[in-house]
Amino acid sequence: MEIKKPAMAGTLESSDCQVTVEAGEGSIDFTLDSAVINQYGNQIRKVVFETLENLGIKNVRISVVDKGALDCTIKARVEGAVFRSLEQTEHLPWGGAIR
Amino acid sequence: MINAVGREIPEEILEMTGKEVFHGNHYYDGYEYKKDGPKTKCVINSNGSKLVDSIHDALVKCGIKDGMTLGFHHHFREGDYIVNMVMEEVHKMGIKDITICASSLGKAHDPIVPYIEDGTITNIQSSGVRGKIGEAISNGKLKGLAIMRSHGGRVRAIESGETRIDIAFIGTPTCDDYGNCRGIGGKSNCGVLSYAMVDGDYADKVVAITDCLVPFPNFPAHISMTKVDYVVEVDAIGDPKKIATGAAKPTTDMRKLMMADYCTQFVVNTPYFKDGFSYQTGVGGASIASTISLAKIMKERNVRMKFGVGGLTKPMCDLLINGQVDCLLDTQDFDLAAVESVKNLNHFRISAGEYADPFNKGAVVNKLDFVILAALEVDVNFNCNVVVGSDGMITGAQGGHPDTAAGAKCSIVIAPLLQGRIPAICTEVTTVTTPGESIDVVITDYGIAINPRRQDLIEAMKDVDLPFKTIEELRDIAYSIAGEPQRVAFADRVVGIIESRDGTIMDVVRQIKPFEFAEEE
Repeated sequence: MEIKKPAMAGTLESSDCQVTVEAGEGSIDFTLDSAVINQYGNQIRKVVFETLENLGIKNVRISVVDKGALDCTIKARVEGAVFRSLEQTEHLPWGGAIR
Repeated sequence: MINAVGREIPEEILEMTGKEVFHGNHYYDGYEYKKDGPKTKCVINSNGSKLVDSIHDALVKCGIKDGMTLGFHHHFREGDYIVNMVMEEVHKMGIKDITICASSLGKAHDPIVPYIEDGTITNIQSSGVRGKIGEAISNGKLKGLAIMRSHGGRVRAIESGETRIDIAFIGTPTCDDYGNCRGIGGKSNCGVLSYAMVDGDYADKVVAITDCLVPFPNFPAHISMTKVDYVVEVDAIGDPKKIATGAAKPTTDMRKLMMADYCTQFVVNTPYFKDGFSYQTGVGGASIASTISLAKIMKERNVRMKFGVGGLTKPMCDLLINGQVDCLLDTQDFDLAAVESVKNLNHFRISAGEYADPFNKGAVVNKLDFVILAALEVDVNFNCNVVVGSDGMITGAQGGHPDTAAGAKCSIVIAPLLQGRIPAICTEVTTVTTPGESIDVVITDYGIAINPRRQDLIEAMKDVDLPFKTIEELRDIAYSIAGEPQRVAFADRVVGIIESRDGTIMDVVRQIKPFEFAEEE
């Protein structure tokens, strides 16, 4: 899947994260700003990359501003941002690309 | 060298400080020593006043010079103006290499960070530091070592002569022209001057700074004229709104209320909960809520408290008003109700030494039955961290944590299992401030763990309906929700030491290292 337009999901509330996606330059360009980067930076990157892989996104600029979100939240916010960028709000692949 | 809480203390730090590693709480019990004493300039003439025109003049008269140690207290908390005023003047005079020995430093003192960067201040000794000073130390900007010591530990360091204060600055809500200081009255009423008493007793020069000069004699004095060299009157010594806040609204956070309830249930089921028990609690939402729920049960069961200690807030003072406690022993007032309560004849001011010093002939903490504490992190060995954030940044203060935990018969730590994503119960704390041997019970929102060292408490709770778990189980629950945190990477340089109550080294704090992602797989 290709990112269509810039989109965002999530908030800057504690235990949430705000994910922004826009069209990339041929690869995954990942930036992270996190309150818990020292303890969970690598884990957050792993979750973001796994989620993108499940969604089949290979070309994206993705930025995560994290306020201590759990993995499940991060995954949901990445999926939310991607489908918003695709302008897809129905027939979401529950149990498929979204698992 | 590995110390009694399993921390590696580098040899060069032991050499540099001349200190030993921590050997356990009672290593120095029975130790004999001769106390240090202040250099005293006698005042025999009767020309009257000790008033000088400005902080600048006081500094000149005290003979300020490079390398001196200056003492400060933190009774004005986040409203303090004294440290900044004095350090600004010291900086203007071009003095370098100052050691600050404060009972604590907070965000109010962010403005002194440039003086750390330019070498005006090269050493800091404090209960802890918050805000930008903490960041500056963690980023390696302080030339010397920061020493974090407990309230009792500071008194020990000064009494033993390990730290010699050249000039102490005592912000005092009221003072007369001869230096009689009182913690009450005036515009910046803080109730007590407990932490400054040791400065009065041991500093070579003592300068009282007030914004409310009153006629002689300002009696009964909390710090006597016999210890004060000079008096300076300034416009404001603090921001009253930030010194003592209005009483905090009792928390409505269900998680905190639940932990408070667990705590009270635990307390009343111990053998120590009986007529004449003693109690201290902190100012966290759960601690305050547990005092309120405990008061209720005390009333129901007709149990009176003998004495309460603090760090006082309204719920503790209410016990006195309602006749549920015989007296309060007060080292610090956190809200206006506590400041007001000082007028009560059974509300006694005590010095930091009386409160918590391990190097005198016995302190109040040794007489405590219960202390209710908080912690940033507790590990599976029950070691607590209250100074260094889980991200490695210095961000808190020891306060009386290690003192009360060591003294009390039953030391209870309340901590939510997760603070955001950060597990409060972990395999190994970032930095040890209070040793596990001092901590008896940890209460979280997911369960309660009793230290296996306390088989007596485990036995006492056998038939009590509370969610008991092992500390490892609590950690596992935390990790199952948040994931196991990666160990924070530090640089090599040691920027600070966590000093144990007795002056040995509990742990070291290293310079922070910017985060880098692991190599791509």
